[in-house]
Amino acid sequence: MFKSVLERPGVPPDMMVLVNGVETPAWDGETVASVLLRVPDAGRRSPISGTLRLPYCQMGVCFECLAIVDGIASTQGCLVPVQPGMRIESQRGPREISR
Amino acid sequence: MNADIIVVGGGVVGTALAYGFARQGLSVLVLDGEDGDMRAARANFGLVWVQGKGAKAPAYHDLTRQSANLWPTFLQELEGCVETRIDYARPGGLFYCLSDHEYEARDALNKRMHNQAEYADTRMVDRRELERMMPAVTFGSEVVGASYCLADGHANPLQLLAALQQAITALGSKLLFRSTVGSIRPEKTGFTVHATSGSFRAPKVVVAAGLATPLLTEPLGFTIPLRSERGQLLVTERLAPILPYPASGLRQTADGTVMIGATKEEATDRGVTVASATKLALRATRIIPALSAARLVRQWSGFRVMPPDGSPIYAQSERYPGLFAAACHSGVTLAAAHAAIVAPAMIAGRLSRDLAAFSNGRFDVQKCA
Repeated sequence: MFKSVLERPGVPPDMMVLVNGVETPAWDGETVASVLLRVPDAGRRSPISGTLRLPYCQMGVCFECLAIVDGIASTQGCLVPVQPGMRIESQRGPREISR
Repeated sequence: MNADIIVVGGGVVGTALAYGFARQGLSVLVLDGEDGDMRAARANFGLVWVQGKGAKAPAYHDLTRQSANLWPTFLQELEGCVETRIDYARPGGLFYCLSDHEYEARDALNKRMHNQAEYADTRMVDRRELERMMPAVTFGSEVVGASYCLADGHANPLQLLAALQQAITALGSKLLFRSTVGSIRPEKTGFTVHATSGSFRAPKVVVAAGLATPLLTEPLGFTIPLRSERGQLLVTERLAPILPYPASGLRQTADGTVMIGATKEEATDRGVTVASATKLALRATRIIPALSAARLVRQWSGFRVMPPDGSPIYAQSERYPGLFAAACHSGVTLAAAHAAIVAPAMIAGRLSRDLAAFSNGRFDVQKCA
């Protein structure tokens, strides 16, 4: 797993976000995708093949970082900066839209 | 000679014909254009569609229907040839009607077409029946009903094109990419085809180069009139299955994306416009309001290959026998017919007999008068 270059012993993180319900440290200016890379088992499953996927391109092209952010599914995590208290959940299948 | 027959154009029309020739045991050379060339084969919507097609052209309707019926076998043979999968389903297709007027007009069209020939597979379904057929969605208040045709289906056109291209090679024929053809020269026997990758000779040449077809045939006095029509399409993110039936302008692919199409425009550039995106999204959300929550991931333009009367053109040059042209809208729907009916007719010299209604001579007013 990755580790943030901003992480310093004894220095608190800029904020905490919730990843699959777990309080997770995050820093100003980083994206949802970069947080997901640090959290074990936070990948999504491809709705086509069912295989495990992790954020890849970090620039909005590959769609491998899709996550549910503050309740909105299929959000491209690499295009969304973190906010304090943000709720991030792994997306395990295709998005469902309400009837 | 480099091959028994050269096909100019590696799109879905050219490759389906080439596949048909190769299956008859001919050695085929397909010359395809540049990667960035305009391609209806890559831009299209992916319907294998019967209802409403050829409303004023019974021969076109019959060929469409034959092709749609041949599709399952065509697909099975193709998949066997290349061991690849092509998403295809034929649950029947819908044409949504958003007012009583649209519903009545569609009903009248179906009745008119039923009178031309005895097909009992298209009927109107009212809103209540639609709701039973599609329990995962709530329809917009304007949806009155739909026309439902059992013969309709849909396929993944990109997988289809890839499979046809692979199949040609698997059958021992050849496909050359980035080989734009500049001219075709008739020789004492056969033709020389001059391409960017070299010159090639064959006794027969088929031009299936989409909208570029007239550029190659016209200098030889072989007139194939075509009109370009731009269509814009939208596609959403992948969604859990909600649309079990493909519809004209609205279908959910096997991968879960929802395709929304397509406009009809006179424009000649390959750009996209906000006005068209709005128009397409508006109609889709009038049918299924919940789609407004879906994200769009792409918008693109494609160019329809339109003969003046909408029916396909399959023709042989009178001046240079052995020189053929094939051009049509609906290359996906007609792919099975191109492989199983049109290609064999071209080889056997039966084009003018079996497919007379599709000759280019029909546009020659003097000859018809």
